[in-house]
Amino acid sequence: MRDLIDTYWLYFLVGQYPKGPLGGLALTVLLAALALLLAMPLGLALGVARLSLWRAVRWPVTALVFVVRGTPLLMVVFWAYFFLPTLTGYKTGQFSTMLIALVVFDGVYLAEIVRAGIVGLGRGQMEAARSLGLTHFQALRSVVLPQALRHMLPSLVNQFVSTIKETSLGYIIGLSEVSFIATQINTQVFTKPAQVYLCLGVAYFVLCFGLSRLAYGIESRGKRRPPPRVPA
Amino acid sequence: MFDLSLVLSGSYHAMLVAGLRLSLELAALTLLFALPLAVLVALLRLAPVRPLRWLGFAYVEAIRNIPLLAHMLFWYFGAPELLPEALKERLYEGDIEVISAIVALTLYTAAYMAEDIRSGVRAIAPVQFEAGRSLGLGFLATMRLVILPQALRITVPPLISQTLNLWKNTSIATVIGVGELMYQAAQVESASFRSFEAFAFATASYLSVSLLITGLAAWYQHRYPVRAA
Amino acid sequence: MIRFEGVNKWYGSYQALVDIDETIAKGEVVVVCGPSGSGKSTLIRTLNRLEPIQGGRIEIDGRDIHAPGTDVNALRSRIGFVFQQFNLFPHLTALQNCTLAPVQLGRLTPAQAAEQARALLDRVGLANKADAYPAELSGGQQQRVAIARALAQQPPLMLFDEPTSALDPEMVGEVLAVMRGLARDGMTMICVTHEMGFAREVADRVLFMDGGRILERATPADFFLHPQHPRAQQFVADIRRPFAAGPGF
Repeated sequence: MRDLIDTYWLYFLVGQYPKGPLGGLALTVLLAALALLLAMPLGLALGVARLSLWRAVRWPVTALVFVVRGTPLLMVVFWAYFFLPTLTGYKTGQFSTMLIALVVFDGVYLAEIVRAGIVGLGRGQMEAARSLGLTHFQALRSVVLPQALRHMLPSLVNQFVSTIKETSLGYIIGLSEVSFIATQINTQVFTKPAQVYLCLGVAYFVLCFGLSRLAYGIESRGKRRPPPRVPA
Repeated sequence: MFDLSLVLSGSYHAMLVAGLRLSLELAALTLLFALPLAVLVALLRLAPVRPLRWLGFAYVEAIRNIPLLAHMLFWYFGAPELLPEALKERLYEGDIEVISAIVALTLYTAAYMAEDIRSGVRAIAPVQFEAGRSLGLGFLATMRLVILPQALRITVPPLISQTLNLWKNTSIATVIGVGELMYQAAQVESASFRSFEAFAFATASYLSVSLLITGLAAWYQHRYPVRAA
Repeated sequence: MIRFEGVNKWYGSYQALVDIDETIAKGEVVVVCGPSGSGKSTLIRTLNRLEPIQGGRIEIDGRDIHAPGTDVNALRSRIGFVFQQFNLFPHLTALQNCTLAPVQLGRLTPAQAAEQARALLDRVGLANKADAYPAELSGGQQQRVAIARALAQQPPLMLFDEPTSALDPEMVGEVLAVMRGLARDGMTMICVTHEMGFAREVADRVLFMDGGRILERATPADFFLHPQHPRAQQFVADIRRPFAAGPGF
């Protein structure tokens, strides 16, 4: 096991970089971070749209959310892989394909988190803001979303953990994320598959467990602050 | 341009339907094994004995923080190597892909379901537990007769939600060569170059079953709303 | 200044407001009272269009507030609304609560808004709490900040929806004192309240509602001493002898 780690640790962490494209654990984290970053504005827009007063906005978005949530991520990846080149005219690489699939998929899940955050705030804040004459969007921007986003922080970190796990599907389209690299190592070494995949598991565990502890910490800290003294 | 008849009858259709059936079987078998395991793990996490609680915690955290794909790779490529020769031979001749997939799916799904069951139990007021114990019932008996029946009603909706996830997760078995729906869709695609029709069929199948499961959840919550004590 | 003409409102099949006809003059202080579910909160919430109506007309300063092309935000910025649950913005200080709307709507520069906010907070007796967050304030203090926030828009009309119902008894007085001050300064006010002492002292008129209708209109003295409508009589009797109003006494 020792020499396994000694020989391959760099390859496992960064793939062929700098003599090739970035891979391994670094690629996994980069892809997940980028995907979540890009998915946030989409999630915000969709989440707000889900609560829109106009049916013309609410229904298509609700339908989109249902379709994406009822389909496996792998299916979304395949659709992206096979049809993005035709749609965009570019020969989309594996990274871009995976990124777009993740942004769409996570955007929808983030939309639900945003929606729950806004609904959980209660009607009073929106009513107070509108009563002052603020428009719907001004009220969202200055009053509702600042509060809702703060409450959503633990859920957002959990979503980041999920996204890191989702990057593993890049394996299927040949993206050199960490699971793919592990399999390549396994093919070379051949005689120690259990150890190789155990290492893979440990790597994911350390990363994801660490982040979920962070989410837990944020949530506890949020609860320890004194709650607002509004009588029932 | 798009010719759906290719997938609605004929050999491609048969392949896809076979894949759909296998996906459903995977989900059903996993559910069968995962539920009891989930109850066991939940009880571990709630046990009055510290080492048992830690064991449950370790199981849940270890499983949930590793992607299902990595689990599948481990159980297919890694674990069989650790088995004695005779057993290994038998597995490789049989359906090792399906078995590995079911093991991975069961362990993964059970970890999530255990947490939902634990939340459900914790939602029952502790006084119920005290009441059971003060009647002289042991920990397990109290759980079985007093807590779990009440917790069930709260737990069913999240469990149905996990079943939905399980259904979608069966698609990951494709990486270890299980001939489920996703695998078959890719096969049809490479044989016919009709990616749209193949994936449309697969997507529609996934969505239909998802709709059924979601409908079941909605019906359950309508029929058995949660009543406060 | 305000006119209700034949206003009707339904929630689904339940009629919350029935044939409301009423006029309220500028500078009047009107108290709306009645049993729970009588429609009093609904009535004032229709004035700033927090609640829609299905029939009739509401005019403020001679203009139909539901006319097509009405800017609902401009309408609301000219009406101050004080909620039962205060609804202060918890992520902003008292001062920022008061400056948010004037600045966002482009009425005042931040500096002007801050100056006005300090003056208003001083007026409600909370000058030293300008930089406090709502979580650090008592219920009575929060409600006073809420009043200052509403006043920051310089509205000609103030609506109060049971402003003291969510407060502990010892804090009711400080809020009523602020409202009394506003009335003395000539503000047009409509208050839904159970505080009959306030009504007697400050109101020009009392409207009694039950079942979605205005059943009686009178001066406070006439209403509390000589209620006409049988249900108004029952209501006044119940207030005067609360302990006798239940079974078995």
